[in-house]
Amino acid sequence: MRGWRWLLASATLNTVIALVLTLAGQGHGLGLRALGVNLLYSQCIGLAIWALIDLGRVWLTPDEATQWPRLFGIVPSGVVLGYLGGTLAADTLLGKSSQGGLALLQSGQGLGLLLMSLAVGGVCTYYFMSQARLASVREEAARASARAEAAQRQAAESQLKLLQTQLEPHMLFNTLANLRVLVGLDPARAQAMLDHLIAYLRATLGASRVTRHPLRDEFDRLADYLALMAVRMGPRLTVSLDLPAELGAAQVPPLLLQPLVENSIRHGLEPKLDGGRITVQARQADGRLLLTVTDTGQGFQAAGTLADGRSAGGFGLTQVRERLHTCYGDQAAMEIGAITSGGTRVDISFPLSTVALT
Amino acid sequence: MSPAHCPTALIAEDEPLLAAALQAELARHWPELQVLASVSDGPSALAQALALRPDVLFFDIRMPGMSGLDAAAALADAWDTATPGAKSFPALVFVTAYDQYAVQAFEAQAVDYLLKPVQAERLQKTIQKLRLTLAATRTSAPDFEATLNQLRGLLTAPPTPQANRLQHIQASVGNAIHLVPVADVVYLEAADKYVRVLTASREYLIRTALKELLPQLDPAQFWQIHRGTVVNSGCVALAARDEQGRLNLSLRGRPERLAVSRLFAHQFKAM
Repeated sequence: MRGWRWLLASATLNTVIALVLTLAGQGHGLGLRALGVNLLYSQCIGLAIWALIDLGRVWLTPDEATQWPRLFGIVPSGVVLGYLGGTLAADTLLGKSSQGGLALLQSGQGLGLLLMSLAVGGVCTYYFMSQARLASVREEAARASARAEAAQRQAAESQLKLLQTQLEPHMLFNTLANLRVLVGLDPARAQAMLDHLIAYLRATLGASRVTRHPLRDEFDRLADYLALMAVRMGPRLTVSLDLPAELGAAQVPPLLLQPLVENSIRHGLEPKLDGGRITVQARQADGRLLLTVTDTGQGFQAAGTLADGRSAGGFGLTQVRERLHTCYGDQAAMEIGAITSGGTRVDISFPLSTVALT
Repeated sequence: MSPAHCPTALIAEDEPLLAAALQAELARHWPELQVLASVSDGPSALAQALALRPDVLFFDIRMPGMSGLDAAAALADAWDTATPGAKSFPALVFVTAYDQYAVQAFEAQAVDYLLKPVQAERLQKTIQKLRLTLAATRTSAPDFEATLNQLRGLLTAPPTPQANRLQHIQASVGNAIHLVPVADVVYLEAADKYVRVLTASREYLIRTALKELLPQLDPAQFWQIHRGTVVNSGCVALAARDEQGRLNLSLRGRPERLAVSRLFAHQFKAM
């Protein structure tokens, strides 16, 4: 496609050169005949040069981006050979003896024409190549910006989804309903519950601002959420948070465990008549941090769909898996299993690090 | 009924503080109402409602064991209306934290709906309505039919547009996936976490929940007849009432007889 556009441009340029040469008095005076002769030579030489450079370009620089320096060889060779071949062809067409080309080279005029051809060929090739490269750069930039836009949209969507699950209206309004009751019944307890809610909301809404926080903070946020749930579920919920002091400073992605704990509550313990226990545990082994969330709920499988038709697990687990992958790549592992005595266990591990990232 | 008859109620709410608060609010605004019991899960709500036969039910929607909606549907099915002088079906009030059923439209209807946190003013409106309803039931037959209609509306998801309807049910049998044309299905039955798909010649088990499957079927062809049963209307041979007045279906192509829940019996009226 590009080659043919170049051919047209080349033919136009040849015509212009012939006109200029004729006007400059080259050849045989100003007549139409002189123009015709100049046009013939100009087209023959120009098109031959075009053909050789284009073929050279297609055959010898299939990968333009890296092989373009080869054009420094292709263009002069193409110009010289095209000049010689073109002159020969024009001579033949005019019925002149074909000693023309080489002999002409020796004359000053011939050399001048050759140099001009070289200059024109070089400039034209440079011009067209840079046009082509400019177009491909623009195309690449457009593609990159489309990709960036898609990635940004995906991130925003995932952020929104995360917020929606964490600020689940059912959880929020039930918590507020409990608070409303406590305000009248037991103001001190209401205040404590409100403090947990504030900490929970602050963490949820601000979670995107840092990429890591200490495991100690992670456990504190889980404690806030579970304290809210304990008020709501009463004696149906038992909680055990097990964080060895030496792991408190370990760096983890903020609210990584939150969806797992919420899953345990929503799909494991809340639907079960007598509730149960949820355990969150941190350990280390071989330079890796091992985090475990266990519940004695009705189990991952049995949860199936909820009363309101939403499916169990789903987004929460996917989200944890994706975050682990983004933060640790192949270094992270996550395993979900059913416990034979009933309930679900999720194991997460990744390299232990106490160096704070910002 | 004695003039001294006090209205009675049952509260089903799994969050202890909220249950206590509702009871306290009711005592303040409706002192003559007698709360017979307060339970904290779906199955107990059903059992206690049947045992105590209260005038009013306050059911939380999301409860362990069984949702408030399902408990109400099961109760409607089990409620005895055949015996002369039997107590009429209780007035239903659903209590929920989140308005996922877009229930503003409910205010004028048979079933009432309260949003948590329950506000005193809104509760008073509900109480006023309940008083009127209860006064009316003593003089005329209550509108059980309207309650059933509304419950049915709450329990059934709207069907998906025609273009997205299922053509085949994909059922795995051993290592193979069988494509069962939906037209060949005589009925579907929920079984634990599975759905049994029954054709004239055989039975398949699939893992999709009936609730997810149902909206993808043509509502003109597949009729829900029970919480866990959906029948191909083209395969229904006849509907007959048994001695207790319960509706049963005989099928073409299958020997089983299927029970029709009261909630869905309206589909089998003579023309």
